[in-house]
Amino acid sequence: MRALERFGERTIAFLEYLGGIIALMGESMRALFHAQIRYAETFLQCYELGIGSLLIVLLTSLFTGMVISLESAQQAVQYGIGSLVGGAVTYTSVRELGPMLTAVVVAGRVGSAIAAEIGSMVVTEQIDALRSMGLSPVRFLVVPRLLALAIMLPLLTIFADIISIVGGMWIAQAYAHINPESFISSARQAVGFDDVVKGLFKALIFACIIAFVGCYQGLSTRGGAAGVGRATTSAVVISIILIFGTNFIMSYLLFGGH
Amino acid sequence: MDPAIYASLDDVTLSFGDHVILKNCNLNIVRGAITCIVGLSGAGKSTILRLLDGLIEPSSGHVYVDGHDLCHTPERKLVDLRQKTSLAFQFAALLDSLTVGDNVGLPLREHTALPDEKIRHIVDDALESVGLRHIYDSLPNELSGGMLKRAGFARAIVTRPELVLYDEPTTGLDPIVTNLITDTIIRLRRKLDGTAVVISHDLHSIFRMADYVAMLFEGAIIAYGPREEIRTSTNPFVQQFLTGSEVGPIPV
Repeated sequence: MRALERFGERTIAFLEYLGGIIALMGESMRALFHAQIRYAETFLQCYELGIGSLLIVLLTSLFTGMVISLESAQQAVQYGIGSLVGGAVTYTSVRELGPMLTAVVVAGRVGSAIAAEIGSMVVTEQIDALRSMGLSPVRFLVVPRLLALAIMLPLLTIFADIISIVGGMWIAQAYAHINPESFISSARQAVGFDDVVKGLFKALIFACIIAFVGCYQGLSTRGGAAGVGRATTSAVVISIILIFGTNFIMSYLLFGGH
Repeated sequence: MDPAIYASLDDVTLSFGDHVILKNCNLNIVRGAITCIVGLSGAGKSTILRLLDGLIEPSSGHVYVDGHDLCHTPERKLVDLRQKTSLAFQFAALLDSLTVGDNVGLPLREHTALPDEKIRHIVDDALESVGLRHIYDSLPNELSGGMLKRAGFARAIVTRPELVLYDEPTTGLDPIVTNLITDTIIRLRRKLDGTAVVISHDLHSIFRMADYVAMLFEGAIIAYGPREEIRTSTNPFVQQFLTGSEVGPIPV
């Protein structure tokens, strides 16, 4: 009986969470539709959330591209298919690892920061103060962060794709003596413009996940400093799980197993 | 509604789960007066301010402000009604990413089309009213507790609201700053020609500024009247609270 009660409680909590996120999305879309955008704050968030993440995204992407190339290049040369390494690295980076790895890194750095900042504002009554002044916390805080991430995450993904391919090309040349011309030629054959666009569309969806989960966790913070800590951790964990799950679904829908 | 009453709680009950905070609570806020609400810590005094500001809804009963029932009112309409009311938070709740001047001017920037120079002038005037003109460009974390509270007051009055709600304005301050804050509340009430509700534990401050005093105990107002009436009340709960005695009907 107790287990049944617990199951019921968790189901209600999950539905409440889902309802809260959907309500937040609805309110944000309404604010966007009515062009209630704080442009100065949005630019500031673009800088803090996007430019601030650039170095860490570049580093993780560089090493990822290098390791894919390292694992595949020598084997490929042994089997006489070294000319395909460029395609393999580019294909993996543009369609999967570029968007997903960038999103995971940004979820860790930015999703947590959003949840912590908004959570601190909740426990110090700054959110109540906004509402008391007749200002919508969604318009004031959520919309600028959502827009900033929707703009910056695809841009970061482009940089991640490029640096990952460059890293892969360098390792392919250094360890398997695959010349850059052959690498680039193979990459061009393997990946089309539509693959790049689909990868960036994935990044856009991941940006929405990070923004909405981070903001919702922040806005639903309860219980002082410990509550802020819980909100921050949950924002990262939930965002990353959703990014992985959504990536699988989108890969299936966008690339259809090809 | 009696035109002398600016706001009221009408048979309000508020509970979160099994925890009952207010139970059939009734309270009238007299127009143009300062009403102080006293009571034990955790009695629900700040909750009354949040109800009057429309930040929370009661489980049952009604909250009226200037003739409008705040309960079951859509958020958009509440935004309009909140223009008439301001809440000065216990710890000021200034946005820590903005300067004091930008904090105080925020409601004007967001709700009016006034030019920047005019807003600057109004903000300077509001800061002057609380004796803080020189801190326009300071950040909230650079201010002392008393300055922070007064900056919060400046933000609360900048739109010239009809009702200002002060949440524990003197808590944690030394006696000199407490006097300064008390004087500021009295002066602001006169300047705005409005109504004020103050939550406080400081009896000296309360009996200096209050026109009316209400005592909250176990979720209901158990004593209410002009300050002299409350000061000389024979109600054993009020007596025990005012004397601070551990002996009496209020369990310690």
